[in-house]
Amino acid sequence: MTTLTDDVKDPATDDASHDGHAHDDHSHDDHHHHIPKGISRWLLTTNHKDIGTLYLWFAFIMFLVGGAMAMVIRAELFQPGLQIVEPNFFNQMTTVHGLIMVFGAVMPAFTGLANWLVPMMIGAPDMALPRMNNWSFWILPFAFLILLSSLFMEGGGPSFGWTFYAPLSTTYSGDSTALFVFSVHIMGISSIMGAINVIVTIFNMRAPGMTLMKMPMFVWTWLITAFLLIAVMPVLAGVVTMVLTDKYFGTSFFDAAGGGDPVLFQHIFWFFGHPEVYIMILPAFGIISQIVPTFSRKKLFGYASMVYATASIALLSFVVWAHHMFTTGMPVEWEKFFMFATMLISVPTGVKVFNWVATMWRGSLTFEIPMLFAIAFIVLFTIGGLSGLMLAITPVDFQYHDTYFVVAHFHYVLVTGAVFSIMAAVYYWLPKWTGRMFDITLAKWHFWCSLISVNVLFFPMHFVGLAGMPRRIPDYALQFADFNKWISVGGFAFGLSQLIFLALLVKACRKRGEPVSDQVWDGAEGLEWEIPSPAPYHTFDTPPQIK
Amino acid sequence: MEQNVKPKTSIDEGSLRAAPNNAKTVTKLVFVVIGMFGFGFALVPLYDVFCDIAGINGKTATTAAVYEPTLIDESRSITVDFITRTNTGMPWEFSVQTKSIDVHPGKLAKVDFYVRNPASRDIIAQAIPSISPGKAALYMNKTECFCFNHQPLKAGEEAIMPMTFFIDPQLPDEITYFTLQYTLYDITERVDEPVSVAMNKSQGR
Amino acid sequence: MKSLKCLVSTFVLLVSWFSSAQSAAERSDLNLRTGVTDISQQVYSLHMLMFWICVVIAVLVFGAMFYAMFKHRKSAGHEAANFHENIKVEIAWTVVPFVILIGMAIPAASTLDDMEDASKPDMTVLVTGSQWKWHYKYMENEVEYFSVLATQREQIENKFNKGENYLLEVDRPLVIPTGQKVRFLITSDDVIHSWWVPDFAVKKDANPGFINEAWARVNEPGIYRGQCAELCGKDHGFMPVVVIAKEPAEYAQWINEQEQIAVARKEEEQRLLAMNMSMDELMKQGQQTYNAVCAACHQPNGEGLPGVFPSLKGSALILNDQQAHIDIVVNGRAGTAMQSFSKQLTMSEIAAVVTYTRNAWNNNTGDLVQAKDVNALMQGE
Repeated sequence: MTTLTDDVKDPATDDASHDGHAHDDHSHDDHHHHIPKGISRWLLTTNHKDIGTLYLWFAFIMFLVGGAMAMVIRAELFQPGLQIVEPNFFNQMTTVHGLIMVFGAVMPAFTGLANWLVPMMIGAPDMALPRMNNWSFWILPFAFLILLSSLFMEGGGPSFGWTFYAPLSTTYSGDSTALFVFSVHIMGISSIMGAINVIVTIFNMRAPGMTLMKMPMFVWTWLITAFLLIAVMPVLAGVVTMVLTDKYFGTSFFDAAGGGDPVLFQHIFWFFGHPEVYIMILPAFGIISQIVPTFSRKKLFGYASMVYATASIALLSFVVWAHHMFTTGMPVEWEKFFMFATMLISVPTGVKVFNWVATMWRGSLTFEIPMLFAIAFIVLFTIGGLSGLMLAITPVDFQYHDTYFVVAHFHYVLVTGAVFSIMAAVYYWLPKWTGRMFDITLAKWHFWCSLISVNVLFFPMHFVGLAGMPRRIPDYALQFADFNKWISVGGFAFGLSQLIFLALLVKACRKRGEPVSDQVWDGAEGLEWEIPSPAPYHTFDTPPQIK
Repeated sequence: MEQNVKPKTSIDEGSLRAAPNNAKTVTKLVFVVIGMFGFGFALVPLYDVFCDIAGINGKTATTAAVYEPTLIDESRSITVDFITRTNTGMPWEFSVQTKSIDVHPGKLAKVDFYVRNPASRDIIAQAIPSISPGKAALYMNKTECFCFNHQPLKAGEEAIMPMTFFIDPQLPDEITYFTLQYTLYDITERVDEPVSVAMNKSQGR
Repeated sequence: MKSLKCLVSTFVLLVSWFSSAQSAAERSDLNLRTGVTDISQQVYSLHMLMFWICVVIAVLVFGAMFYAMFKHRKSAGHEAANFHENIKVEIAWTVVPFVILIGMAIPAASTLDDMEDASKPDMTVLVTGSQWKWHYKYMENEVEYFSVLATQREQIENKFNKGENYLLEVDRPLVIPTGQKVRFLITSDDVIHSWWVPDFAVKKDANPGFINEAWARVNEPGIYRGQCAELCGKDHGFMPVVVIAKEPAEYAQWINEQEQIAVARKEEEQRLLAMNMSMDELMKQGQQTYNAVCAACHQPNGEGLPGVFPSLKGSALILNDQQAHIDIVVNGRAGTAMQSFSKQLTMSEIAAVVTYTRNAWNNNTGDLVQAKDVNALMQGE
């Protein structure tokens, strides 16, 4: 907010033009008038577009790092027997893969998109709190450096699963736990700052006439996500603090010997953990709700019901957490309550899917790359949603729980759901960001390779899970061998496909390709498509008029 | 970029309008964050409350119940099994002298547990009870139990530890049978009290 | 559009594959197994009901979408319509799924109630998980034992060919009678484990300090295999569950034998107390026991895994305090993976393994530990 008041005091803002090159004489004001060069531009930036770019690249690098760990996992599981890594390291890989993908790839990618898009979509000049914005990004690399460096400690990094169930993560863990706790704290602080920024921006910085019910769906879903974040990230901070004090300071929150209870850990963790799942999917819903209307050349069907559905998913997410814990032994009344509440979530989720299909219905459809990813999202996310519905049924969950069926479920929701939506978003808005069309041939290769390999990777996991393969095991019985081979092949192929994406992004950032129009996609509607391509460093210094 | 030359009118008002609101909104949100951090910790006592209501994990009350010898439901009798375990690192011998008893709800019953410390050091123990099915824990009232306190034994010492209880006559009809497990933990290093304090036990054998 | 047809035909293929496979074999590689208890069969039908409902929903939704993708594409000259809401339709697709959900919830809740049968069981087994094995104790008989993975290390390390039941075989399976309600009380000595037998549709967490329960009434005699289902540390993948269900008469015979064996073993142990073994004998037996029980953590070379499992080579505890050394093997150390071995090993085995670790890998203390030394510590003499 300080930068905004700076703007007010600065007489230079009275100038009509906001083209950076026209104001070299005002070089002392490095926020507003030109784009600083070199490393300090990125270290000190308070510009929402720069920070968005940083978040997105960071997320992509983390996606590759976490993906490399997945490759280790899949290489070990390629055939039965222990051949590449030993079990202790295998457990570190599953743990750190999960943590990195959740906190390092998906969440920062969404925050990056929010940074880029929310101000442009609501007609604001920047995020409300630009300096905090800088902080919330720049503490992230340190969090992940700490986490990754713990892998090189004697005894290795955290090996208790990303869910870090006590007492495996307290009494029975190694000393890397302290680093793990510290890095989770930093990630949490970063997310909370990011969320506060989004909420304040949306509440206070909308252009005149941009009422809440006129906001694009992406902004709506992010607003609700941000509220989820500030509601549950502190609970995560609380539970890791308890793990830390249980391990090092003699408390017994989760230790039966001192009157605690290990199951309590799971209750607190999943009270955070379930809303966290929606934190990773609601912005995806927003993205798909932007893309589908564009390429259907038709307004989003049921805008209002989309908003209500998103809000009810968010609210319901607070009363379903114990469906992750049916096997811990709880009263049958509780099991029924959590089963019913969980099943109920499929109603608003279904509304969303139906609305997307209805948007496409009788539209005028074209299938550009973002639309291909969006359609893949709708199909594959729905498969993940349906397996989620099956998992909600308590008696059957006793069979599914902690098997590869669960692994298949959440990878359908998170990879072909969240990650595909992020890719769709990047393809959709990349021409606006760079001013040039990306390499469509590469993009097609990326899409089709990813689509095929991701299904070879995750679909057979349903089968091995149902047949009885537990998750998080480094070696398995012979009956699972054939499918695991295919799963690994799919995994390697999916991993390699992402290198195509890397090549495409590098090319796009080096400004290759045909220049695009302001609207980019014929059929695209919204404020971000009314500004020039590439989007200028500063936009909407003058609030636009909303009809 | 040339396009972005809309008439300059309201940036200043826009910013001025936003600035004071921001501080207010941020303050509110920070309170929410602090509140939710606190709520995470509040879940710890809340969980105990839920356990008392619903009997999760079969936890029993940690303080003595008062026995009112009015209602004894002689129409049915409940079988209670006892299991004794010692945790890793706990060298004590720990056994129950009656493995299973039948008792009418409302009637006071007494069960003796035997412990011996064969180690060459003094040890303080804590017994942790757990009942299955968990719901039965809500109707299990102990008037006297070694699990309410730390139990110290000197090296080579042995003792009989009594436990007196009655089952609430409100116990649902479908429960005819439940199991009470005690796990003994060595908590010598967690507590600073001297081992000489003998509580709630009589010299055995 | 070619790809579309491709997708659809793949889907049809998968569905038919899926449905044919389940009728073919009782242990399917593709689907849940029907299992051998009434409950597991209920669970299986519930699973299939949910599965087909999901398939129908998916076919309808994707069908509509693919129809739109084909018919309403711009390249086919389709012009966009101009509707963007329809209250009736929106209410319908909120209410209809809700009704479907109620249809799913009713059978689910009734199965749940059937699982929650608190009636008195015919027998009870106390199942205790520890890193990384199961312990079974028959509450009605004087029988208890550990059940440890029986797959050879060499198979895991790809030196030998893998057997048919690779990683799903144990030295001593749990034996239960058919046709009787067997209750499993489940708990843990260290971290959380989860005891899972898919054929019984039983999966319950073993929480340290607390007991959970589950039950099964097995209809058919047979061998049923499962695994630990909750990440419990390094060898989580190597603690299978094997249950053998026998006809009641056969079971009665078996449990009697086991009781006699247990008594005989105790007498034998008492007899061995009076005997002194030579260094060679102790080292030989010690090495055997060490490789079978200790090497998983401390490694065959005694060096452990730095930062995770301590090295025994040159360890201060081993080189100096013999009593403390016996004590840690007998009683374990709280809060570590070092558990109590007093139940799993006989006194002479403990004596041998302590002797072995005190003399192997250049530890060379020259100490001889006999069964009676172990007994003395356990009895507090």
